[in-house]
Amino acid sequence: MSKLSTATPLKARDHARAQAGVLAETMPTLPASNATKLPSGVRSEDVVWEETIPSGGYASRVLKRGTRLRLTNVNSDACATLLIYNADRPFERLNVADTIKVQWNGYLGQGKLLLSDMGRSLMSITLDTCGQHDTFAGASNPKTNAAKYGDGANYTPHPNARERFLIALAKHGLGRSDVMPNINLFKSVRIEKDGGMTWVDNASKPGDVVELRADMNVLVVLANTPHVLDPRPMYTATPLRITAYRGEPAGPDDAIRNASPEAQRAFLNVDDYFLS
Amino acid sequence: MTVNDTSADAPPLHGVIVYDEIIPARAPWAHVVKAGQTLRIVDVEGNQAVDCIVFNAHDHAERYSAPDTMAAQKNIFLVTGSRLLSTEGNVLMTLTATNVAYHDTIGGACSPESNTLRYGHHTKHQHGCVDNFLNAGAWHGLGKRDMTSNINWFMNVPVERDGSLGIVDGISAPGKYVDLKAALDVLVVISNCPQINNPCNAFNPTAVRAIVAG
Repeated sequence: MSKLSTATPLKARDHARAQAGVLAETMPTLPASNATKLPSGVRSEDVVWEETIPSGGYASRVLKRGTRLRLTNVNSDACATLLIYNADRPFERLNVADTIKVQWNGYLGQGKLLLSDMGRSLMSITLDTCGQHDTFAGASNPKTNAAKYGDGANYTPHPNARERFLIALAKHGLGRSDVMPNINLFKSVRIEKDGGMTWVDNASKPGDVVELRADMNVLVVLANTPHVLDPRPMYTATPLRITAYRGEPAGPDDAIRNASPEAQRAFLNVDDYFLS
Repeated sequence: MTVNDTSADAPPLHGVIVYDEIIPARAPWAHVVKAGQTLRIVDVEGNQAVDCIVFNAHDHAERYSAPDTMAAQKNIFLVTGSRLLSTEGNVLMTLTATNVAYHDTIGGACSPESNTLRYGHHTKHQHGCVDNFLNAGAWHGLGKRDMTSNINWFMNVPVERDGSLGIVDGISAPGKYVDLKAALDVLVVISNCPQINNPCNAFNPTAVRAIVAG
């Protein structure tokens, strides 16, 4: 296409149109039903979102209650830096402190809930082949990335999670006051007895999957940026694949709902919210 | 002028005492602490959690960030020397002195809504820190979107090897204190925690004292 002239509007149009059809590793699949890398049992017509986020990239999406959001750590170094909001009332959002306090544990894994600040389950972890994630360290920002990589602004090769969040949130009418503590999937920090935070090397392996069920209508915001405590001097993040497909909300016999009295009440509160 | 009457072993506060009030049990509180001033919070009767958010007084969208603070010091506990970092990575306040071993910043703030999960729906109409934050925040134009991560002065939340964590019996005592020196002009919003269902206030919310000097 580089041989095509762009000297006139019509030639520029032809030049632009000739670019279509290029396939990249990191791009969305449209229509989503063209998705091919589906979990067994998932019909292509139920896929609502497939996209692979590159190193340093971001994405956001509103997902209906019941939707499954499957995150795949394609090559082991994705860091799914995640914020979640109630899509209908975004001033209700993920509360990491409540999430770990109510569930009496700081480490996430299959069966855990991601709780809002209004006592409801926004999403629950229906599948987790990794088992090592982070609820403590938050997001990188321009200063932390600049300190580690020499620069950290979004236009540089070393974009930071916080400013990725801000761009994504702006597209949903949200801004700086709406960025709260996030979680990091596929990257892990362990807490020592003296409170120390120890980075975990190789927390995830290629192909690891975390599947989240939307327990409410949610806005998810994802940045795929190196974890803020990743000690490696090189900016290291590999593609994060997103596959979302239609599903049912947690029913009365749902195992995650019934796993603890706190979870039962979190789902009671969700059910109550959708009554009126 | 110095004052040294708050605690047997608290260091003297330097400069003019510009504020010295009791925050009643269960009450909300908000006050602007100017750059260079020190806020001393005294746990008057002991084991009283003091939930706290700090905002840049001139730009409320910049506020305390627990994860940024913890990640920078690679430790979840707040101790003497800890720098309270903002969402933009700036120092808001520095913990210059305390005689409590450590303070909490992972436990969040209690609310009527989270109380329903933690203790049951019979607690829905009890007082909570988020309601206090909303109450005091409203005096300064803050609202629900401004509820963010917070500090719990004098509260004890250990994390065990398997990740188990929880609010356990306190490590504070009558007269224990924490000193916070403002690096910027900051709005400090406090909920003198009204929680009665766990040991964060020894099941008995009590008054604390706030002194600003400098």
